[in-house]
Amino acid sequence: MAFIPHTRADVEEMLAVIGVGSLDALFEEIPAPLRAAELTGVPEALTEMQVGRLMRERAACDGTPLCFIGAGAYEHHVPAAVWAITTRGEFYTAYTPYQAEASQGTLQLLYEFQTMLATLTGMEVSNASLYDGASATGEACLMAVRANRKSTSRRILVPTTLHPRYREVGHSIAGQQGLVFEVVPYDPARGTIAVDALDRAAAGGDVTALVVQQPNFFGGFEDVDALTDWAHAHDALLIAVVNPISLGMLRSPGEWGQRGADIVVGEGQPLGVPLSSGGPYFGFMTTRKEFVRHMPGRIVGRTLDSAGQEGYTLTLQAREQHIRRAKATSNICTNQGLLVTAATIYLSLMGAEGLERTAAAAHARTRQLRAALLGIPGVRGAFDGPFFHETVLRLDRPVAPVLAALAAQGILGGYDLARDYPALAPAMLVCATETKTDADIERYAAALERILAPAPPSTANS
Amino acid sequence: MAMREPTIFECGAPGRGASDQWPTPSPDALADIPPQLRRKRRPALPEASELDVVRHYTRLSQRNFCIDTHFYPLGSCTMKYNPKACNQYAMLPEFLGRHPLAPAASSQGLLRCLHELQEILKSVTGMGAVSLVPMAGAQGEFAGVSMIRAYHRSRGDLGRDEIVVPEAAHGTNPATATMCGFRVREIPVNADGDVDLAALRAAVGPRTAGIMLTNPSTLGVFERHIVEIEQIVHGAGGLLYYDGANLNAILGKVRPGDMGFDVIHMNLHKTFSTPHGGGGPGAGAVGVSDRLAPFLPIPIVGEDRGSFRWLDETDLPQSIGRLSTFMGNVGVLLRAYVYVRMLGRDGMRAVADHATLNANYLCARLAALGYDPAYPSRRASHEFLITLKRQSRMYDVSAMDVAKRLLDLGFHAPTTYFPLMVPECLLIEPTETESRATLDAFAAAMARILAEMQNDRDQLKSAPHAMPVRRLDDVRAAKQLDLTWPGAPAGPVSASP
Ligand SMILES: Cc1ncc(COP(=O)(O)O)c(C=O)c1O
Repeated sequence: MAFIPHTRADVEEMLAVIGVGSLDALFEEIPAPLRAAELTGVPEALTEMQVGRLMRERAACDGTPLCFIGAGAYEHHVPAAVWAITTRGEFYTAYTPYQAEASQGTLQLLYEFQTMLATLTGMEVSNASLYDGASATGEACLMAVRANRKSTSRRILVPTTLHPRYREVGHSIAGQQGLVFEVVPYDPARGTIAVDALDRAAAGGDVTALVVQQPNFFGGFEDVDALTDWAHAHDALLIAVVNPISLGMLRSPGEWGQRGADIVVGEGQPLGVPLSSGGPYFGFMTTRKEFVRHMPGRIVGRTLDSAGQEGYTLTLQAREQHIRRAKATSNICTNQGLLVTAATIYLSLMGAEGLERTAAAAHARTRQLRAALLGIPGVRGAFDGPFFHETVLRLDRPVAPVLAALAAQGILGGYDLARDYPALAPAMLVCATETKTDADIERYAAALERILAPAPPSTANS
Repeated sequence: MAMREPTIFECGAPGRGASDQWPTPSPDALADIPPQLRRKRRPALPEASELDVVRHYTRLSQRNFCIDTHFYPLGSCTMKYNPKACNQYAMLPEFLGRHPLAPAASSQGLLRCLHELQEILKSVTGMGAVSLVPMAGAQGEFAGVSMIRAYHRSRGDLGRDEIVVPEAAHGTNPATATMCGFRVREIPVNADGDVDLAALRAAVGPRTAGIMLTNPSTLGVFERHIVEIEQIVHGAGGLLYYDGANLNAILGKVRPGDMGFDVIHMNLHKTFSTPHGGGGPGAGAVGVSDRLAPFLPIPIVGEDRGSFRWLDETDLPQSIGRLSTFMGNVGVLLRAYVYVRMLGRDGMRAVADHATLNANYLCARLAALGYDPAYPSRRASHEFLITLKRQSRMYDVSAMDVAKRLLDLGFHAPTTYFPLMVPECLLIEPTETESRATLDAFAAAMARILAEMQNDRDQLKSAPHAMPVRRLDDVRAAKQLDLTWPGAPAGPVSASP
């Protein structure tokens, strides 16, 4: 039971070595009135076979709908090798590489990951992961406050084109240290941020950092050069929030504007991590070398051993909670190592060309989807201008019932924007990736067309 | 000595790639992306075949100690066996393929599992409500302390700006209190390992928002004055936060809710055996007493006559908000769910019984060999501390030397130098899934190391000898920062995809 190997004889002999008469005697220091009664809320044990049956039934309940939702989590092809290696016990059941000499595998992998993320984002240094894209954005805001010595206001400009959940999480995570988040509205025609909106939000005051998501939540492109230069002209740091797949073809944040972004964060899920109902994913963070000591999270460095051979170890630990305690850069300890393992293998398999092809193929499918849906009466585009693998469509009626009708046919048609962007409603965010086929897109378009079609007079009369 | 494993950037060759994995080229697909937004240079990623990649990372995996291959008695981390069934059933294609924003109507199977997990955790902890959102222990702490703050504020009690933390606490405790905007007030622990009650009484007052306590503590002993502590802190108007990282020791034995705690986080990646993944993912579910329930982080799973849905800010308007983009580390939660269903009610107690048995047995064995338990008058919980203060004085050896030598002898080292207040310490947590034979083998290795202190100090001080590398120079790593591979090739101008 409970994966416990002890025989009855083991227990007896071990108790004798300890010098007590029973297992209960081991708990004698717990005050008697506090001892727990039976855990009635916990069901009786199941065997592995029984639990397997139960889980398969539960999974089957949820099925495998055809999914056109993106909104921060994207369905990409995951090469078989990625999880075949990631689930090896040697990666799966190890922990944080505290004993470097017995953890060179994990450490070297993390060093390779840092290198890949640095080159992808055009920055000098990377950490070894944060929890997810949203929490990484919150950590980036806190880091900007530490790193920006020219600013004292703790004001962060947050455009509404940043993922709404990232805004909420940023607020939960960073709000208690006195950070002030100034909302910057987007230009309703283009769905992007105009520089004069920044001027209005800043209102001439000191700004610590500006957060820019590229491609933004609507899939559109911000004028990142102008926004980055605006930030630097106002002595603010530029925090870039990026989709790593898009960096297969987009200019890296390190090359934005005159000086490049200062901190780059994002959601690592598109790099070989399945949708998984929302997690575990991983957040990444890269920055300039000058800011490395302000970074949260684990960092791996290459060094030498006592025989002068190269090896890898956790470094700059004086930033972290186990050394610095109340003065640490963050409280983060356990992070998302296993997902980083998957992403590192994914990026090794894709390389620059595979990544660029993935970006192109995903984008091609979204263009195809957009064209197919725009051909349906009652559907139109929301914004002018280019986009990447995700776009906003407006309907002639409330979105929620339409999405429900699609879901009833096994199609998840998009993300309803009514709640986060009431002014845009009725609108939805749709996404297709390289995993979709012509037939998938035709199926979606046909289903939507039927749902939006005016009801024939006969049924209207009945 | 093993050979150097080249970096992935040195594997493969320019122009090579795992092209079977790539989508077929889509020539004009990016034509509508403005050229000034496009990359001019490709990122310097590896150019390797699938076999190059598989071989490289398989080889790297072989340079790790892990639970599946080694005894891993890393104190405070509960490195117990991770049952294979948990992984297999959490990775069913429907769960893996499910989009986090899929409607509740097509997520009833998942939501039911999560709802049942919430209920089971309520029962195990004796708390009134649970949120599964936090993505690791530290984020659970963050959620908990944020709720304490929100609670005081909701009552207009704005003067409470301090969190009391015993000096033995894990580093995430004070770091969390700071992140939540509090001042940290550290209090000492007495010679028996219990909180110094006089110091606690002196520390609390109208500025006390709460205390963060780990019980059994990070010293590996049960806090005997828990009832008094509860009275002192509540009496001062503060709340009690329970760091549940050590829940393994007390499963089914005593419940934080019954001890009077207001909020607890559990490390599901410890007590509930989800894999540690080389540094995560974890899951740090939080449980609260009824008065804190309105503040729980969202979303949580609600049930209405057998149908399940997410409860969000509309249902919990006083929530501390969201801590993750979607719903925390769902896949980890599913693993924990499978594990608790397999343990069942009786399995929970068996875990605590045998984890405690193993710790006390190993502690007794090591004491008999001549090692010094840091708290010899105390019963060990699921882990125990030994201090090498005496040996370090007599033989000029350190806890680090012992840790490194253990690697040579085929054991992952215990936690070293934590808690910081105990000199030259090793925190040893065998867990319940280890057999007596394994513990005996570990004791034999410790006996050999003790002999080496006297007869073969060089062997010990220069350990490890049998790892892929010798002892690493951490000072150099921090001074001569080398955080990315310098030889990664500069990317050529982008070809059309
Ligand atoms: C006592 C204690 N508290 C808190 C934590 C933090 O948990 P996590 O690493 O999951 O953030 C740990 C473990 O690392 C711990 O041992």
